[in-house]
Amino acid sequence: MAAKWTYSDKVKDHFMNPRNILREGNEVDFHGIGKTGNVKCGDEMMVFIKVDPATQTIAECKWQTYGCASAIASTSMLSEMVIGMKLEEAYKISAKDILTALDGLPDNKVHCSVLGDKALRAAIDDYYRRNGMEDRITTQESKIVCECMQVTDHDIEHAVLEGARSFHELQEMTKIGTGCGECQEQAMAVMSGYIQKHFGL
Amino acid sequence: MQNRTVYFDNNATTPLHPEVKKTLQEGLEIFGNPSSMHQFGREAREKVEDAREKVASFLGAHAEEILFVGSGSEANNTVLSLLHCDSTTCACSLSGRRDLVTTVIEHPCVLNTARHLGRKNHGVHYLSVDRDGRIDLDDLRRAVTDKVGMVSVMMANNEIGTVQDIKGAARIAHEAGALFHTDAVQAVGKIPVDVRDLDVDFLTLSGHKIYGPKGIGALYVKKGAPYCPLILGGHQEFGRRAGTENSLGIFGLGKAIEMRALEMADEEDRILGLKQTLRDGIERAIPDVLFMGHPVHCLPGTLNVSFAGAEGEAILLYLDLAGIAVSTGSACASGSLDPSHVIMATGVPVENAHGSIRISLGRENTLDDVTYMLEKLPPIIGRIREMSTAYRRR
Repeated sequence: MAAKWTYSDKVKDHFMNPRNILREGNEVDFHGIGKTGNVKCGDEMMVFIKVDPATQTIAECKWQTYGCASAIASTSMLSEMVIGMKLEEAYKISAKDILTALDGLPDNKVHCSVLGDKALRAAIDDYYRRNGMEDRITTQESKIVCECMQVTDHDIEHAVLEGARSFHELQEMTKIGTGCGECQEQAMAVMSGYIQKHFGL
Repeated sequence: MQNRTVYFDNNATTPLHPEVKKTLQEGLEIFGNPSSMHQFGREAREKVEDAREKVASFLGAHAEEILFVGSGSEANNTVLSLLHCDSTTCACSLSGRRDLVTTVIEHPCVLNTARHLGRKNHGVHYLSVDRDGRIDLDDLRRAVTDKVGMVSVMMANNEIGTVQDIKGAARIAHEAGALFHTDAVQAVGKIPVDVRDLDVDFLTLSGHKIYGPKGIGALYVKKGAPYCPLILGGHQEFGRRAGTENSLGIFGLGKAIEMRALEMADEEDRILGLKQTLRDGIERAIPDVLFMGHPVHCLPGTLNVSFAGAEGEAILLYLDLAGIAVSTGSACASGSLDPSHVIMATGVPVENAHGSIRISLGRENTLDDVTYMLEKLPPIIGRIREMSTAYRRR
């Protein structure tokens, strides 16, 4: 059949041949482990890193993912991107970077890539914590508002700065409240706080 | 086994029966408007009525009780809309009984119409289902108050295949003075359906689920049942559904039904056998699986299964790459990011909804298809579980 496949060729490639999967039993060898999402919401990712202490670069990056094709491809792509990268640089990788590397995902799949960079940051934070470098953790103060999609108050602030003004727009950008939906009220309160702060509306 | 393509998504839609294809090809020449009096019109009219006769006889109905409509969704909308017709002169008057009783596992075209009624201040009661997807008739008995004008219960569920006791449900509705509708889109042509025996007032069926064309459905309206058209206009379909008849679709539906009448009994036996082989094979080859749907009261060709630690869209797409077409209840494949409302309603953990796939067999499937599936599926599940955070081999 000649119909185009559901996602880009890059996604297909990483889905068919996922790189750097963590096989079982060697989790203890890693220097930092981060986890995000949960199975109830349909996506869960874990990222495991080994760090070269001299250069502070990521020597190895393995992962496990429960999720759909784009979640699998996103984590696989992320793992390739960060190997050899300085920690501070890897810390700044955004969902957009992963999306670009995958040649894009459909709008309703963007949240899959959003989870990947969060799991990576959590792994780096874990490394910092284990090595007495808590001062380098910047994600620490963020507070999770949406448990299902792991959306924090910082993500909401970012979305507000990017133009979100309604809950619907916020949802489009962060996928907040698309799991169980219980966080809607709190999310709207946090959002209007940031709109007030940045735009005085 | 060599790579092949296997279509296991017959509850979504079916390939045309070769005889239907032939009928459609011949039908392309018949362009007359069935409402015209001249020979072109009369030729089309004759064939439309012939199709109506076939549908009626298959259901045990009279021809004038069958209306052709554009889809199962249209038929369901038409029936539920009877509840909010407020014209005092309308024949559909339900003597002020405005409420609806339906189930939580209906197709979205019923559920969304029910929600719409709810917004217009109609009382709507949704019956829950048990672990196998069946409603409790005692619940129904309690729900049909003297305000309820209509009870609508789907005959067979599209996702898990569970078949309800429609005869029992219709009796309860009638005893309480309410009308009874069943969405039988997945049932007609797969299990015996006789409207007189079931004693329903309205029944919905669709062409493309039974090897007929898309864009054509039929609504059975029991003689004497209150009725009011949803689509107003000309006098077509006894003045009950305006719009020039989709004559080609009607010819195709008539042929599809004629073929079901001839082939259903043998074919569904064979399909049930294939499903059993598939189910046994899955159970033998893959640990930690959960089958959903009723073990006995189930469509012959529908098998819904979930695999611990494996997400449905990933399973679907790996199978797709192997040439096998199935569907999933996973949120990730739904567009709405909500997992299947049907599987959630049976009370299994949400992980099972995310991890469920529906395998629906049809008349073109063979034992080779099943063998191929049993060859491809276990390694796919193994591979997904190997990279999953949510599965640990015990």
